[in-house]
Amino acid sequence: MNVPTMAEMLSQGKSPEVLFWVGAAGSYDDRAKKITRAFVKLLHRANVDFAVLGTEESSTGDAAKRAGNEFLFQMQAISNIEILNSYEVKTIVCTDPHSFNTLKNEYPELGGNYKVYHHTQFIKKLVQEGRLDIKKSLKGKKVTYHDPCYLGRGNGVYESPRDIIRKLGVNLQEMKQHKNRALCCGAGGAQMFKDAEKGDKEINILRTEQALETNAEIIATGCPYCNTMMTDGVKFHEKESQIIVKDIAELIAEADNL
Amino acid sequence: MNYIPNISFAIALFIGIGFFVMNVLKLVRNIKLGKAVDRSDRKTQRWKNMARIALGQSKMVSRPIAGFLHVIVYVGFIIINIEVLEIIIDGLFGTHRVFQPLLGNSIYGFLIGTFEILAFLVLVAVIIFWLRRNIVQIKRFMSKEMKGWPKSDGNLILYFEIVLMSLFILMNATDHSFQEAGFGNPISQFVAPWFSEYSLETLSSIEHIAWWAHIIGILIFLNYLYYSKHLHILLAFPNTFFANLQPKGQFNNLSSVTKEVRMMMDPDADPYAMPEEGLEEEIPEKFGASDVTDLNWVQLLNAYTCTECGRCTSSCPANMTGKELSPRAIMMKTRDRLEEVGRNIDTNKGAFKDDGKQLLNDYITPEELWACTSCNACVEECPIDIDPLSIIMDMRRFLVMEQSAAPQELNMMMTNIENNGAPWQYNQQDRLNWKDE
Repeated sequence: MNVPTMAEMLSQGKSPEVLFWVGAAGSYDDRAKKITRAFVKLLHRANVDFAVLGTEESSTGDAAKRAGNEFLFQMQAISNIEILNSYEVKTIVCTDPHSFNTLKNEYPELGGNYKVYHHTQFIKKLVQEGRLDIKKSLKGKKVTYHDPCYLGRGNGVYESPRDIIRKLGVNLQEMKQHKNRALCCGAGGAQMFKDAEKGDKEINILRTEQALETNAEIIATGCPYCNTMMTDGVKFHEKESQIIVKDIAELIAEADNL
Repeated sequence: MNYIPNISFAIALFIGIGFFVMNVLKLVRNIKLGKAVDRSDRKTQRWKNMARIALGQSKMVSRPIAGFLHVIVYVGFIIINIEVLEIIIDGLFGTHRVFQPLLGNSIYGFLIGTFEILAFLVLVAVIIFWLRRNIVQIKRFMSKEMKGWPKSDGNLILYFEIVLMSLFILMNATDHSFQEAGFGNPISQFVAPWFSEYSLETLSSIEHIAWWAHIIGILIFLNYLYYSKHLHILLAFPNTFFANLQPKGQFNNLSSVTKEVRMMMDPDADPYAMPEEGLEEEIPEKFGASDVTDLNWVQLLNAYTCTECGRCTSSCPANMTGKELSPRAIMMKTRDRLEEVGRNIDTNKGAFKDDGKQLLNDYITPEELWACTSCNACVEECPIDIDPLSIIMDMRRFLVMEQSAAPQELNMMMTNIENNGAPWQYNQQDRLNWKDE
């Protein structure tokens, strides 16, 4: 894949239109890497002039902050901001709502001011600008959409992901808890990195049950962590043959046989 | 002329309002024990939110049954209280229905008639509320934190309302001349026949007793607020006004930490620098919150405002899956501790005396705090914009930054971020490998 880094761009005297912030999950997690690649394919298809930080990218500090470690968060934030500002980054797109939220809302006060998009917003923008076409390849297919907390409640982004899912021609089935009342997948607030406290159920299993109730064939989402949690939930219920979990970027890339 | 009733009324009013003012002052003092936080920006937006959410009850109706019933009680409560104005004037000056001749029978009748209908609707709504709390066994009213006083508190408020509304109807029903006039008695006219056997004198005594019981009841209820979850009828207004206006996903950056981090990362900083001569060495600020006085005043206002409806808890993913965490309990425990600190200050003549207790551990356990997914469902659900999540986060900060007491797995995650810029143990040099896989 042709994925230029900011350093390479700079050495050619170029500065890209947008920085793709890949995030830790998107960089290292096998499942999330597929989402990263799918999104890059879409960027290529739409001829977006983009770059990544590559080995210069580091954790945004979101998980550390939500775990209560404000020190580590601000250390990460301040050194990331130094790098971003040295490349004079203006626009960032993230495939992870946690990076999106942190970069967009928590970095400005520390000196990092950027226009930050979640990839579903960015894809919608590309479609509106006529740079990307979404093929109606999933006509009539039942799809349900799981709202990531940090995209939905956290930042009020409910419609962009739904708008572009609908463009696939799908039959969008809402879960009983959706949009501002959506149930968390269980990963946020650094829960992803620890076992849950004692209880009678795992949150991702409850959320997956709500998704299964819709009889959808696909659970679409826009967060690598939600993706993991929902995928595990489907496995727990042994419904892998009935329902699959996909990121919206993957659905759109596959619709175009990318 | 006999002025005893007027004087007794004035005394009752003075005592009732006096105690209330005293309690409000104590309330304000306790809230001010919180740390400073600036919520003086975007005034227009704040007024709008207060009008929409507190006055307009816009978030209540997201649960239609409870929301609809609540709007009835709320509208009834506000409108019927206009009548209290007449009661106070009558009581102080010994008049009887002073507004009747002033407004004329038709307008006065229309007003009192409206109050009567509202009083009846409030009665019905309150009885349904009681059934929901006690018979229907709605889950959010059955939780662990709702046993004992919180349950009695909820019911007491309903009994108060039943008694006050009944007295209002009874007072009108036994007012012979009011019933004779036949204006404004759409409900009390059906109660009046129950007393048709009584002499006019007895009727008049019953009316007087009902009138007195009604106003004394109102004054007692007013003073009950301070001890009750019912404070929300007042505090919902400032609470929605001062609520956080930033996106819910945004958590505050601790400025005390920024200072230290900038110093640590400044290549020109002298690590062996001594504090300048003459300057007091600054006591490092405590990071995060372990007691109510570490929280900010809006968080403390939140605690007093919470009416324990439990919408937050019923939408909390941790609570729904049987974890210890209940956002409602976080608010209730914060208030309990704050009241304890307040009483401590009262008994120690204005200065807090260390009681060996704090909010953390003595009220809220780390297990509760670590169960939170920071999903903001509780914040979204709260009909009056209370933010339990911010308290949870501040207490986590204390656990991690002051006590290094994070769960072991989170310590590993944080070590990884420190060493290789990712929550997992991958080499930062492999960060771009995905492009060639």
